[in-house]
Amino acid sequence: MIKFLSRLLAVLLTTTALSACTGGESNVEIGNRTGVLHFGNGSEPQGLDPHVVTGVPENKLVRAMFEGLTVKNPWTLEPEPGVAESWDISADGKIYTFHINPEARWSNGDPVTAGDYVWSWNRALHPSMGNQYAYMLYPVVNAEAFSRRETEDFSDVGVKALDDQTLQVTLNAATPYFLQLMDHYSTFAVHPETILKHGAMTDRYTKWTRVGNMVNNGPFNIKEWKLNRRIVVEKSDTYWDKDKVRLNGVVFYPTENIVSEERMFRVGQLHTTGTVPLDKVPAYQAMENTPYVQAPYLGTYFYLINTKRPPLDDVRVRQALSMAIDRVKLNDTVLQKSNFPAYSITPPGTMGYNPPKLFDYDPALARQLLADAGYPDGEGWPDVELIYNTNESHRKLAVALQQMWKDVLNVKITISNQEWKVYLDSVDTMDFDIARRGWIGDYVDPNNFLDLYITDGGNNSTGFGDPRYDEMILKLAPQAKTQEERYRIFYEAETMLMEQMPILPIFTYTSKKLMHPSVRDMPSNLMDSLNLKYVWLDPDWEKDNTQ
Amino acid sequence: MWRFVGIRLLQAIPVILAVITVTFFLVRVAPGGPFSAEKAVLPEVKAALEAQYRLDLPLFQQYTAYLGDLAQGEFGPSFKYPGRSVNELIGAGLPVTAELGFYALLVAVIIGGFAGVIAALKPNTAQDYIPMTAAMIGICMPSFLLGPLLVLVFGIYLDWLPVSGWGDIPGDKILPAITLGSGYAAYIARLSRAGMLEVMSQDYIRTARAKGLPEWEVVVKHGLRGGLIPVVAFLGPAFAGLLAGSFVVETIFQIPGLGRFYVQAAFNRDYTMILGTTVFLSTLIVLFNLLSDILAAWMNPRLRAQFGEN
Repeated sequence: MIKFLSRLLAVLLTTTALSACTGGESNVEIGNRTGVLHFGNGSEPQGLDPHVVTGVPENKLVRAMFEGLTVKNPWTLEPEPGVAESWDISADGKIYTFHINPEARWSNGDPVTAGDYVWSWNRALHPSMGNQYAYMLYPVVNAEAFSRRETEDFSDVGVKALDDQTLQVTLNAATPYFLQLMDHYSTFAVHPETILKHGAMTDRYTKWTRVGNMVNNGPFNIKEWKLNRRIVVEKSDTYWDKDKVRLNGVVFYPTENIVSEERMFRVGQLHTTGTVPLDKVPAYQAMENTPYVQAPYLGTYFYLINTKRPPLDDVRVRQALSMAIDRVKLNDTVLQKSNFPAYSITPPGTMGYNPPKLFDYDPALARQLLADAGYPDGEGWPDVELIYNTNESHRKLAVALQQMWKDVLNVKITISNQEWKVYLDSVDTMDFDIARRGWIGDYVDPNNFLDLYITDGGNNSTGFGDPRYDEMILKLAPQAKTQEERYRIFYEAETMLMEQMPILPIFTYTSKKLMHPSVRDMPSNLMDSLNLKYVWLDPDWEKDNTQ
Repeated sequence: MWRFVGIRLLQAIPVILAVITVTFFLVRVAPGGPFSAEKAVLPEVKAALEAQYRLDLPLFQQYTAYLGDLAQGEFGPSFKYPGRSVNELIGAGLPVTAELGFYALLVAVIIGGFAGVIAALKPNTAQDYIPMTAAMIGICMPSFLLGPLLVLVFGIYLDWLPVSGWGDIPGDKILPAITLGSGYAAYIARLSRAGMLEVMSQDYIRTARAKGLPEWEVVVKHGLRGGLIPVVAFLGPAFAGLLAGSFVVETIFQIPGLGRFYVQAAFNRDYTMILGTTVFLSTLIVLFNLLSDILAAWMNPRLRAQFGEN
């Protein structure tokens, strides 16, 4: 027995010692040598089917393996040629004619055709598919009617293949952001024969995206998929623009635990991380030659107010609560200066649009408004509850706000956390007084934020509704002749929204990541949009950085 | 003996059926569903999704359909990971978790058993107090504290061992095994100390000593066999506990095991995955308890006599 034990111990010790010796070259060093990027990608993807998945990690993977008609330039976010080498837009802005690149290929060598798009959009919009992003195609004539089963005939939908190389799309109204949508994965083409080989067109539960089965048209092809471990992609040799692709491959890691992810980065297991734990931000910010990268992000953190419940049904109370929040102080302390104070729902600088700023931190006016509403110095204030989904940073923020409201208005607001799905249910059924909320834009346009608050909108959840607001967003803005006119209408609508204050904007998000200095041409942008086609690794980064 | 095993297996069936039924209806009572998301899902999309996963049927019909699938060994498709079946996900996670559990148990038995025996040989001296104090600390120290501490020291400052992963970099299995095993090592230390203390005061040990056997032979040949019976009885439930409870360690070290699926399934309201993992793990727990009972009987002559064998 003792002999056995001592042998075991010896084996254990030797393996420890061996591993200590062999741990010489890190992933990053090997990757720099071989042109393979090691990428921290948040969580295990739900899947890789462009018409099924939702979420940020899925987006990064799908866009590595598939390409849309257009591609967002990672520096400017302007649409540039993807599968479509060019396009014409009719004078009224309603008809888009895409000319498909004759060199565009599926990974099995088949050419990508206009017919593939018609077939794929049928799939993406099909009511049985359950595609949660089907609405990305709703600007197309009859697309919404088809996905709501109001018409059964897909030929009613405004997408036609004029020939193999020409795709014509007819829209309901001029949609300035339509080209951007062509870079969203729900509008991507899939390879019809491959889908049908593994199941019916609208099956969600098939194996067509597995290694060995998948046929795709992007810069990288899948090579290995180990659940909860890694997904490895390698450069495609059928991709039409393969000469521009400089990476030989990418390894995506599902780094669910952001603290572990940061440690992996520190020991050279990752080139880039998806995010940075908030409490590590100050240390990274203070570092010389910091790997920390922070950039504005198209998203707003705010609180929903249930405008149907007293005392919050009184607009003066809502304004008082908003003006009692010192957003600058909040950002400097609780948020470690890592975001921007927000006074509107649309992030500033959304494609040249700047939202109104109607109020500021104003304790005196806040107290006055509360007194006018019948609660002088908080007297007679009823029970009000603020809910948030269980998360340490949401909790810290809620506690800070609770204290600000107590100090400025002398009102008591209880805060309570709810598990994610419970919280979603509370928000959906408006079973709350005040609820935390965030919104990340799907495309860079004010419309993506402002159409949340049309009467009874699916994501409204505040009870706010105003026919004039609806008219501006749904009718006037789409009919606007120029971008200036359109933005003027949005500005007016947003002014109205912020006067009524069904939401309390808190801060504009930033994207935060750690990036190894060898990573080149992976610029930050408002959408945190990654285009791996341009990225490369500089093996001589130490020399190059000192020059 | 076979009768005993047969009876225990039959007893397990209603237990597992109860687990299935309670879990099935409990998860449906929880607010929120598998398809609720931050960006509201359009009603027609939700209806299509529910139809694809049979959620549009009356609840009782869903239940009987699920039992039907289960009878054929099918746990059904996962809601969270379209295109993957629960069987496949369990199949992917189980070998990893089982391997981790095995190493952890090995760590626990070696360290715990050694500490416990040493302590029992000289009770109420420093040789007893030091390992037992360490054991107490081991019990009290949660793995979500120990794991990051070990990573900080051995992974980052000393740079001896990888900070995460499983089977990717040499040595990346060592820290997770120690983290997961240490709590169990502490229990085993206490169990083996108590077991050894009792055995070492028995008459047959005095006989062995009187024969003039060297002390180590008395301990190893005569003491250990009886003294470790409580430890063996603990191993079955401990291994099952390791499988079901490895979530924290799997998260800290990014290990692709079953524990992460098990816990995340509940957060995601992935109905089939919650049921699949619960049914699977409860079956495993029942089996391991049975196994350790059999093992204990085989080691203990007094129990063996009850089965009319020997």
